[in-house]
Amino acid sequence: MVALDFLAVLEQWPALLRGAAFTLGLTAVSALVGGAVGVACGWARASGPAWLAALVGVYVELIRNTPFIVQLFFIYFGLPSLGVKLTPEVASVIAMVVNLGAYAAEIVRAGIENTPRGQIEAARSLALNEWQVFTRVVLPPALGRVWPAMVSQIVIVMLGSAVCGQIAAQELSYAANLILSRNFRGFESYLIATAIYLLLAIFVREFLNWAGPRWIFGRTAAAGR
Amino acid sequence: MVDFSLWDILRNLLLAARWTVVLSIIAFVGGGLVGLGLLLARLARWPGAQLVVAGYVQLFQGTPLLMQLFLAYFGLALFGINVSAWVAAGVALTLYTSAFLAEIWRGCVNAIPRGQWEAADSLALSFGEKMRHVIGPQALRIAVPPTVGFLVQVIKGTALASVIGFIELTKAGTMITNATFRPFTVYACVALLYFALCFPISAYSRRLERSFKRGH
Repeated sequence: MVALDFLAVLEQWPALLRGAAFTLGLTAVSALVGGAVGVACGWARASGPAWLAALVGVYVELIRNTPFIVQLFFIYFGLPSLGVKLTPEVASVIAMVVNLGAYAAEIVRAGIENTPRGQIEAARSLALNEWQVFTRVVLPPALGRVWPAMVSQIVIVMLGSAVCGQIAAQELSYAANLILSRNFRGFESYLIATAIYLLLAIFVREFLNWAGPRWIFGRTAAAGR
Repeated sequence: MVDFSLWDILRNLLLAARWTVVLSIIAFVGGGLVGLGLLLARLARWPGAQLVVAGYVQLFQGTPLLMQLFLAYFGLALFGINVSAWVAAGVALTLYTSAFLAEIWRGCVNAIPRGQWEAADSLALSFGEKMRHVIGPQALRIAVPPTVGFLVQVIKGTALASVIGFIELTKAGTMITNATFRPFTVYACVALLYFALCFPISAYSRRLERSFKRGH
């Protein structure tokens, strides 16, 4: 007979809340840093020097064709043998940044490559230097164009961060595992954690859709796409 | 004390990689069949199918695959089904794959011009005939590149089965690390083997996509 006891899990809500906050924190830091890495790499691939574009290409392909869990294990278990000691939290952030950076690079590159040439020529004819052309004319509308893909990728990275519990980073899945070890309610505790992940995913998606036009690329850019 | 040479490590990883491949095939074929069923239920406009399938897709795309694996593992046990890691991983990855493929394929069907549906209707074709002779063949052509691309996601997804004790490439890497204390070498080899599996498939998917775009 199936007897479920969700109360035994919900009683431990402080652990779940801490875990959810931790997951959100991991996601926020990696989204900011990983997004910046993605913009830099996207620029390198779309308009950087050939050697740099090739180097970034290798990085992007290596990351996109290996599982996140292996990247995480390599960073957390593998790097210490080179003398780099990392806490689970730092290893998690690095892995998420490296992972998101590779996917974001491809997304940003697609946005940059779709910039109409006339806009760049117009900006140059106004005597803007290359840095100004990229940061003021090319990048904002490019980010506006690819924002939905970027938001999806950030949500995917957040859901992927459930794996970080495997190296004892204290995020949401780790909290679920902790509750399981206290009361042996494995199914219930993972079901509730999964429901929280679903809510977090909806929240992060809504938040980024709202925040993007306001803070990242400007309303006019979104309207003009 | 047994000494592991680099070749020993690679050989053992290669042996384990078989199970990564087998699990990927199970998930891909099983997920393809279930996904096709979901897609057809949606296209046939079964009452409630739209809502149920959309919810199903949202559920699997909005939650971590790792949690889905744990739920399959603990959930099947609740119903008194004897769960080996094989069954739990197979079921979870099949459902995960089916949700993504159903959504990818729906996009492909939506890309077919309305006129094709109307023309098929005006010829009084049944739903089955429409699918087989008009919509299916056209959707299939559009669907091949993204479907091949998603196979890479499935292969990478099987790495998570290591967490519930399924011995595939990643789990073998962990076990060999525990025996050799050479995590750097072992995980680098694991990553390279995944790359060797996935990169040709993503490159092929991209080539298909380019030639498809050129054809239009």
